[in-house]
Amino acid sequence: MSAPLLPQLPAGPCYGALGRFAGPRELLHACERIRELGFTRWDAHSPFPVHGLDGAMGLRASRLPWIVLTLALSGAAGAMLLQWWVHTQAYPLVISGKPLFSWPAFVPVTFEVGVLFGALGAVFGMFGLNRLPMHHHPLFESSTFERATDDGFFVSIESWDPKFDREATTRLLRDLGALDVELVPSS
Amino acid sequence: MSVPRVLETSRLTVPAASGLSRLPLVAGGVGVLGLLASWALGQGTRQLAFSWLVAFLFCLTLALGALWFVLVHFATKAGWGVAVRRLAENVAGTLPVLAVLFLPVLLWMHDLYHWSDAEAAAHDPLLAAKAPYLAAGFFAIRAVLYFAIWGGLGVLYLRSSRRQDDTGDERITRRLTAIAGPALILFALSVSFAAIDWIMSLEPHWYSTVFGVYVFSGCVVSFFSLLVVLSAILARAGVLRGVITVEHFHDIGKLMFAFTVFWAYIAFAQFFLIWYGNIPEETVWYLRRLDSGWLPVSLLLAVGHFVVPFFFLMPRTIKRRTPLLVTGAAWMLFIHLVDLHWLVMPTLHQDGPHPGLLDLTTLLGVGGLFFAVVGWLMTRQPVVPLGDPRLSESVAFENF
Repeated sequence: MSAPLLPQLPAGPCYGALGRFAGPRELLHACERIRELGFTRWDAHSPFPVHGLDGAMGLRASRLPWIVLTLALSGAAGAMLLQWWVHTQAYPLVISGKPLFSWPAFVPVTFEVGVLFGALGAVFGMFGLNRLPMHHHPLFESSTFERATDDGFFVSIESWDPKFDREATTRLLRDLGALDVELVPSS
Repeated sequence: MSVPRVLETSRLTVPAASGLSRLPLVAGGVGVLGLLASWALGQGTRQLAFSWLVAFLFCLTLALGALWFVLVHFATKAGWGVAVRRLAENVAGTLPVLAVLFLPVLLWMHDLYHWSDAEAAAHDPLLAAKAPYLAAGFFAIRAVLYFAIWGGLGVLYLRSSRRQDDTGDERITRRLTAIAGPALILFALSVSFAAIDWIMSLEPHWYSTVFGVYVFSGCVVSFFSLLVVLSAILARAGVLRGVITVEHFHDIGKLMFAFTVFWAYIAFAQFFLIWYGNIPEETVWYLRRLDSGWLPVSLLLAVGHFVVPFFFLMPRTIKRRTPLLVTGAAWMLFIHLVDLHWLVMPTLHQDGPHPGLLDLTTLLGVGGLFFAVVGWLMTRQPVVPLGDPRLSESVAFENF
């Protein structure tokens, strides 16, 4: 049982292999090859979003929009329901001679709560899907990896990938044009 | 920035052999037949005037949406949309022709606008109070002013952009950018006043301060829908392959989606305040549309102009699949026509909708002439602004 807010990783001899590439073009090319070779447990890291990277990596569409939609619709429905309950059940009060259930008056609140829930769904859904917050990650053990927020373009292949092999994968990254290749220990 | 290769290999003009090159002739023919049929069917009737107004407004709103897009494009120094901007410039370039198509509205003013009847105005305190503004002469002068602004801007932007095709002069872009800001202010005021003059004054007793914005939102939604359709037609004809890409369709789709929501927001804001205040001179307009045979049309608008397009246009996959996006755009164009019909016709048919043959023939007449001009502009010059310094940026543009 590992501590909370730390990555839950399978046991392995090391975290995996990390290769640094010169630029976005080299990174794209490397990702395409790694995807074609059938690796499944790996990731790419770059200082800025790279056009076409999700295609090169073969990433599927995110599930986040569905979380946002579900929460936004529930928020809107809940807000309408709450107002219906307050105005017709809990405390019926005739306001400016209008019917108790005057739905147009409830639309602004319904809309706002829908937006609020949608926004919260987007933020916390993103946190959840990315397993954030996470206080540490084995990749931070590598000092070159600091360049991922500056000018480094990285591919990391995890050691529990079925295709991972200490020597072969390191060689593969080097063949794909990686400038530095290292094995990252599991912290 | 180097010129992307696709600009050297792709077709940038409509080839003379394609079906698209016959568009001006075919649309013009349909237009003339539509005009003749309208005249034969409706000569001297009020129905002709009202049907003409709806058909004219349909084309006008498309052209105004296009003009707004061009102006905003320059004002924001946008890069992504340069590849589709010539299409907008062409649609906005029809505004001088629309001034001619507006003349019948002036001619039939007494059939359309109750306030123009001096006898009626004299016995009506509200109309008497509004008489200085709602006067036939001032009405005509304002119309001339609107068309001077719109036609002037439409022609200025099209001509300047066309001149840049040959010279590639960057100063043209700078000048058009500098003009765009003040032009947008003029545009906002003129569209708002025109909406009051031509649509709102059909019910001269009615007050609504947001009405101009409502009409503007319709202009923008319908124009983006037309832009999707025009771009898809060009793609089908093999023009601009690789220049207008799925990324541009995606972005136009996003704007369509955004302004569908904007339309609903404004439409509800107008309804909501009038419903809350519950003052007779305001509610009269909605009573006519909700407490009569027009109720189903009002509901159709709420569902078909907002709920359905809202969910249909939301997913990324739909905006990136051209046939689906074109389906959505065609629907939006149709429902925009319904919206205009709903704004105008209850004045004539108070009990409920009576769509007739004249609505179709006037639409074919005015629309035919409008699209003849759009087609003529599209076929006689390159369909992208070749000299624009941001064209390469637009071609290479990608969404994340």
